[in-house]
Amino acid sequence: MVKQPIITVKNLVKNYGDFKAVKGISFEVYEGEIFGLLGPNGAGKTTTLEIIETLRDKTSGEITVDGFNIETDAASIKKRIGVQLQAAGYYPNLNLTELINLFCGLYGIERSPMEMLEKVALTDKAKSKYKELSGGQKQRFSIATTLINNPRIVFLDEPTTGLDPQARRNLWDLIRDIRDQGTTVVITTHYMDEAEVLCDRVAFVDGGNIIGVDTPDNFIDKLVESGFERKKEVKLANLEDVFINMTGKEWREE
Amino acid sequence: MTNNPMTDKPYSNFKATLAIATASFRSIIRSPSSVVFTLLFPLIFILVFGFISGGSVISVDVGVAKTNDTINPVYQALKKISVVHLIYNQTPRQMEANLKKGTIDAIMNIQKNTAPPYFTVNIQSSKASGDKISILKSALNNIFFVINSHVPDAPPPVAIIKESTVQSREYKTIDFILPGQLGFSLLSTGVFGTAFVFLSLRITLVIKRFFATPVKRYSIVIGEALARISFALIGALFIITIGHFAFGFTLVHGFLTVIDMLILSFIGVVVFMGFGFTVSGIAKNESTVPPIANMITLPQFLLSGTFFSINVFPAWLQPISRALPLTYLNDAMRKVAFEGASLMDVSHQILILCLWGVGIYFVAVKTFKWE
Repeated sequence: MVKQPIITVKNLVKNYGDFKAVKGISFEVYEGEIFGLLGPNGAGKTTTLEIIETLRDKTSGEITVDGFNIETDAASIKKRIGVQLQAAGYYPNLNLTELINLFCGLYGIERSPMEMLEKVALTDKAKSKYKELSGGQKQRFSIATTLINNPRIVFLDEPTTGLDPQARRNLWDLIRDIRDQGTTVVITTHYMDEAEVLCDRVAFVDGGNIIGVDTPDNFIDKLVESGFERKKEVKLANLEDVFINMTGKEWREE
Repeated sequence: MTNNPMTDKPYSNFKATLAIATASFRSIIRSPSSVVFTLLFPLIFILVFGFISGGSVISVDVGVAKTNDTINPVYQALKKISVVHLIYNQTPRQMEANLKKGTIDAIMNIQKNTAPPYFTVNIQSSKASGDKISILKSALNNIFFVINSHVPDAPPPVAIIKESTVQSREYKTIDFILPGQLGFSLLSTGVFGTAFVFLSLRITLVIKRFFATPVKRYSIVIGEALARISFALIGALFIITIGHFAFGFTLVHGFLTVIDMLILSFIGVVVFMGFGFTVSGIAKNESTVPPIANMITLPQFLLSGTFFSINVFPAWLQPISRALPLTYLNDAMRKVAFEGASLMDVSHQILILCLWGVGIYFVAVKTFKWE
């Protein structure tokens, strides 16, 4: 199967005054994959994402999203992407059903709120307010709002930060489901274990530069070929496996 | 592409605006602070002043007729009495009109006579004057007692009082208080409500999330404005209805007067929202909203004739009062409700409100922040 690029970024530069946040990065995201932007805080992940999402102006460079240029066709891009922002809130005093209805209005489409909430297993919270949800539920609801317009691509900015292991795993399942429905997923994270099991390909971002793009397996294999060995003897399970094994895999509604 | 809904129908900015208006309206009516400031506070004030009703006399406003003899001792003594506030600058027609609606309590004309009694104090009052007229009479009687006793052969009095009353509607405390409270309600919902909502939508990134959808900026502003204006007008209708049926607030032309008051409320809340937009742009976080918003609302609350007629303020303060937009809204409301003035009759007040509107929206556009 030939990989079709759905997002193309060429020589993207973003300066905030004298500070160079993004220093000329280029990469492609293929249709139907989960693509991870990995890197420490302040590496430029969020800035890059927000430029692709048409929320922020770039300093220079060229970006196309699903065939549309971000400079000339921002409106068309907005219609075909779903965006989850890091730490974004929702309209105050509204319950989840009303929030979904609001987003339906913003996208100009009609969807049943229950259908959307069912996708993220939140039908029993339909009358709850966003602020009453647990961390994992909040992230799941955020993802539901990104799916309202049947997007071609969804962008998830650190969706699992601050979640407990069960909530994290259950979000991974949800993200894989979205990909399996044919939607491309671009995700940022600083958890490498997460990227390793979730992402089809990853790009490492550091100090405003991309220092490598490949599949997690290829990266690991190359490192091992170069003679790298973990200092500690590798066991067949890690502590998180122990935790999940002891506490169960089912979703926790704290 | 099967999963591509954007090809179905063209994007509707109208629907997006309506969706925001609906969401915002729901949010407003569930927010305790907006309900308290817009409905509860004004109603409490109306209740309190409705029951005190007229007991709190601060001064007696007396129009002095042009033919009044100003060098006689009665007049000179009256000038020194602080509760009696003498007004010189009104024409006879203005005085008569003001007397009817109760903005002045009496018209006085002291005449000099060639034979005793040497002075006749003609006092014209109206039902609207209420018990203030007796304060004026007792003040005059005190003066007469002093003057008359100075004359050696006492019996033929030097001065007498002649009274007459004009017919008018009774001007009740509620007729003064309610328009003021209505203005206050519109001011607080316009300034505080708008400022808080836009600031919190901005800092919680709700607006940023909106920008990731195809919605236009003007849809967000218009949607929010529609919700707030609807809420303010429903609040106004509620206050007028309670005032009318529970406290006998005068609506000269009945339902038509209500419509005129709602139109004035609309103009008022739109102007005050301009202040709200400005505050949301200047404020850095939620805790800086109240001080900045109070700087705008408190002076107007106190100086725009919400509780007392601005005529009782010292002369140096009155120009400040007459510069504030709420003064003109209150003034127009009272004229429409009690005097039965048409919107054309208060076009001067509306014009000044609109000038404030133009000015403040100019500032709002410069200071407003989306992110």
